[in-house]
Formats: sequence, C-alpha cells, structure tokens
Amino acid sequence: MAVNIVKEKWTSKVNEVVLGTDNTVKVGGESTLPFLHFEGEIPHRPVMALEVWDVEPTDWPDPVKEPFADVMSDPVAWAKKNIEYGADLVALRLQSANPDYKDASPQECAETAKKVAEAVNVPLVILGCGSEEKDAEVLPVVGEALSGKNCLIGPATENNYKTITATCLVHGHNIIAASPLDINLAKQLNILITEMNLPTNKIVIDPLVGALGYGIEYCYSIMERSRSGALMGDKMLSMPIFCNVGQEAWKAKEAKEADMPEWGEQKKRAILWEVITSTAMAQAGGALFILRHPESVKQLKVHFDKLMQSNEY
Amino acid sequence: MILIGERINGMFKDIREAILNKDPEPIKLHAQKQYEAGARYLDVNTGPTVDPKDQPAVMEWLVKTTQEECPLPCCIDSTNPEAIEAGIAVHKGKAMINSTTADQFKMDIYIPLAAKYNAAIIGLTMNEKGVPKSAADRIALAMEIVVNCDMHGVPTDDLFLDPLMLPCNVGQEHGVEVLETLRQVKSLADPAPKTTMGLSNSSQGCANRHLINRTFLIMSMACGLDSAIADVYDPLMVEEVAAARVLLNKDIYCDSFVKTFLQK
Repeated sequence: MAVNIVKEKWTSKVNEVVLGTDNTVKVGGESTLPFLHFEGEIPHRPVMALEVWDVEPTDWPDPVKEPFADVMSDPVAWAKKNIEYGADLVALRLQSANPDYKDASPQECAETAKKVAEAVNVPLVILGCGSEEKDAEVLPVVGEALSGKNCLIGPATENNYKTITATCLVHGHNIIAASPLDINLAKQLNILITEMNLPTNKIVIDPLVGALGYGIEYCYSIMERSRSGALMGDKMLSMPIFCNVGQEAWKAKEAKEADMPEWGEQKKRAILWEVITSTAMAQAGGALFILRHPESVKQLKVHFDKLMQSNEY
Repeated sequence: MILIGERINGMFKDIREAILNKDPEPIKLHAQKQYEAGARYLDVNTGPTVDPKDQPAVMEWLVKTTQEECPLPCCIDSTNPEAIEAGIAVHKGKAMINSTTADQFKMDIYIPLAAKYNAAIIGLTMNEKGVPKSAADRIALAMEIVVNCDMHGVPTDDLFLDPLMLPCNVGQEHGVEVLETLRQVKSLADPAPKTTMGLSNSSQGCANRHLINRTFLIMSMACGLDSAIADVYDPLMVEEVAAARVLLNKDIYCDSFVKTFLQK
C-alpha cells in the first residue's frame, strides 16, 4: 500500500533578508518548518559569522583564544582570519565602547569598523557593547561610517531601537531586534520598528537565546512558535531568527571549566557545547549564527549541508 | 475572523440612490471606509428595488465600482443567479457567492457556478420549508450542501456554512441552536467547512443593536465562527474581535494587537 505523506499547508513564509553588497548572504525565505524540504522551500542554509572583538577579550576560555592567538589585538587581522576559517560573515563586536571596558568613543568604534569593512569581502554584522545606552550612541555613528554596506546592526532593544532604526533607514542597514525570550515583546518591537518605516525584510529577530543547559528548551519553544506564526501569516513575526550562540556557549561552565577531567577534554567539550546548541537552534528555526570557535563553523557546515539535502518523497 | 462589510447594499438609501443615479462615489466611499475599518470582504447587493431584468447589469457595475480603488474581494449577494454570474465574471480575486440554500434546485445552480469561477460560496442551512428549529436539523441540511460541493469539486474549505441566526426578539430559542451548529459543523468534512453568519440579523428590530451584534459575534467565535457579514462601522466590535482572536490563540499577543488585526 502506498504511504500517503501528510503535508502541512502553510499560507505564508519567512521574509528573506539580504546582507552585504557584492558577496551577499541571504537568510530566511522558508515556506515551511526547518528542513522539511518535502513540504516547502528552504532556500538558504543557516549562515554563520565568527566574532571579532575590537579589544582583546579578557574572559574567553583558552581553547577559543588559541586559534586567534596571534591576531586578537588586531581586529583587521582577526576578521581576515575568520574568513580563512570559513565564516560566511564577520561579526564585529564593539566591546571597547562598554563603559566597563575602555568606554571608547563612537568615533573610535567607527574607525575600527571602517578598517574591518575595508579588509573583508563578506557582509558585516556590527554588535554593540552590551550597554543599551552606549549602543544608542555608538551604533548610529558606526552605521554612518559604513553607509551603503548593507550591514546587520544591533542588538536594538525596546529602550534604544529608535536611534538604531534611524541609522538603518538612512544608511541602508538591517537591524537586529532583540527581546528577552518573549514572543509578545518580539512582535511588539518589530511593530515599533516598522512603524518607523524600516521594511520588514530589513529586520531579524534576536530572541536572546541561551546555551544548552541554560534554558535552551524555552528558547526552542519560543522560536518554534514564532516560526509557525510566520508561516500562518503573522507579518510581525516573519523575520529570520538570529542566534548569538558563541557568547552563551562559551559562558557555560561546561565550556569554561579547564580542570574537570571526568567531563572530558575541555577543548572538545567546549566546541561541542557551541555546536550542539546551534544544531538545536537550527531545528527551531535559527537562520543566522554568531559563533566563536572556527572548529564549530567547520562541524556545523557539514551538519547544515546534510540538512539541506532534499528529503522530498 | 474575516469581517465581510455589509454596507454596499441597495437596502441602504445612499446606495439605492447611487445605483439609481449611476453615481460611483458612495460605493467607492463605503468600499474604502469598510476596508479601513477592518473588513476583508465586501458584500455587494443591488437591493430589492432594482428590477430583476436590470440586476445583472447593476451587479456588474457595483462589483467593478467597488473594486476600482479598493483591493478587497466581494461577496456577491443576490437571489438572482444571472446577477451573481454577471458580478463574478468581472470580479478580481476570489469572489464569494452569497448564497445557496440546501434546496436541490438552488444547489444545482450555484455550486457549479462556484466551481466554474473557483469562487467561495455561502450555504444557508435552510430549505423551502424554512429555517430549522434545532441544531440537528441545521446540521442535516449543512451535510446536504457539503455533499453537493464535493460532487462538483468545490473544496469544502471554500464553503462557508451559515447556520442562520434569527432576530433575538422573535426567535430567541435559535441562539443556542446556532452556536451548537457552529460547534458541530466542523466535523462534517476534512478539510472542515468554514462558517459565516449575517450578524445584523440577530438584532433586527431590537434596541441596542450594536451591543447584541457584537456579543453574539464573540460568543460565536468561541464556537468556531470563521467569518461574519457585519456592520464594521462599530469600532468596538472590531476591537473585540481583535481581542477574541488573541484569547482564542488565533493571533500571537502583542501590545498593539488591535492595530495588527487591522493591518492584515
């Protein structure tokens, strides 16, 4: 007897967001849940960015510093190295602006951002310093310096989205709309941003994901709900999902703890933590991943390429 | 919840006069106003004063005029099959036929018409004997319509069954039967038929009509109502529908939930 494959009929799809200018990277565009190729279109493989900091990070565990040992004090060299390591995009984190780090000025950040942008031929993600107030000052200046480069800039929150949205509008960038694991707030923030006339296909949702062991199942449910909302036609939840996995995974004690032989070799388990967190997020609808270790990029590429093979019946 | 704006109907004086004078402005005005108020289909009816032999031409003009500037599809409302076909023939998008009863001779006319134009169709759960008293009898007639749609290849989810609410001052016992019909009708076919109702009927001749209309609308939504032909100029009703959609888990909550309902 022939097996009748039951297929869900969705009425809508996830927005496609295009990043960069020459070598563009596209995310989103799915017309079904993740990797159900038999049911709809999954036009783009999840993409990965490796992080670059504009100041040498102090709290990164050794295994994730090791691949960048000779470039960590030079953001341009670090960014180039990320591309050698196979990253689809470069994520420049302007940590130096953080009042608890160097409290660097918006102009200093813009300087660095410009140099990095000139040195790489992949799209840029510009990440703020973690202070909502400071990001509201820094990101507009950086956005202006990178005018026309079609970068992805954020995170923009309920409290600072106005200046960041404005710079995206004027200088042609895309915005990361961040809300703390709350689908209602995510939707509301998207409404507020689109009310400033930024097109819906210039927005990605950052649900502020947690790592494996740190609330991942809650992230998963929220992401899944927002994907099914998008597929059922909720325009204010139809944005691709951005997952900043690197910072979460490398903060987990399972990644940081060096002296714990019964957990296995630190480097191996730390990378696994980043990879496994990402694979789960991809299954929930994650489209763009910010990672820290090059080995994670390598392993995830293999995994995502397999998932992108058609399972058409 | 698809709100079907009821206002373009020759029963209203301004529309009747517009038809008489061939004046497109009142038609366009109500098309746009209902669209902005939350309507997603527009009922279009020549009204009873137009001579039957003129109805096809008037319906054609009404549909064209309604859709000239407004992007909404129409619910083509007439007891005259020629008028309905004249309207669908010039319609842009997915038209809705309003309506067939469960009488075989009517279904034989309207359902093939829906199939021919790939239109949705409203099926009234009544026949020449009138409107049944009980939910069970309404369901029996609904099943007749489902079967006939299936025979003619009209997808069951293009069928909007109307369990026929009567004015609550004269047919008070019908309310609970209508709600029960709404609950049961979904199990008649897969995909399930959709449901609709002429909401203003529930308050015909009553005081406080808007209050009765919107109360019954929300009660019906809780029983699975998918659409209603209604007076969308009652902003409270539209806001309550937006809230009900959130409460029924049809829309994901956000603080601007009324606004997002109107955006769709």
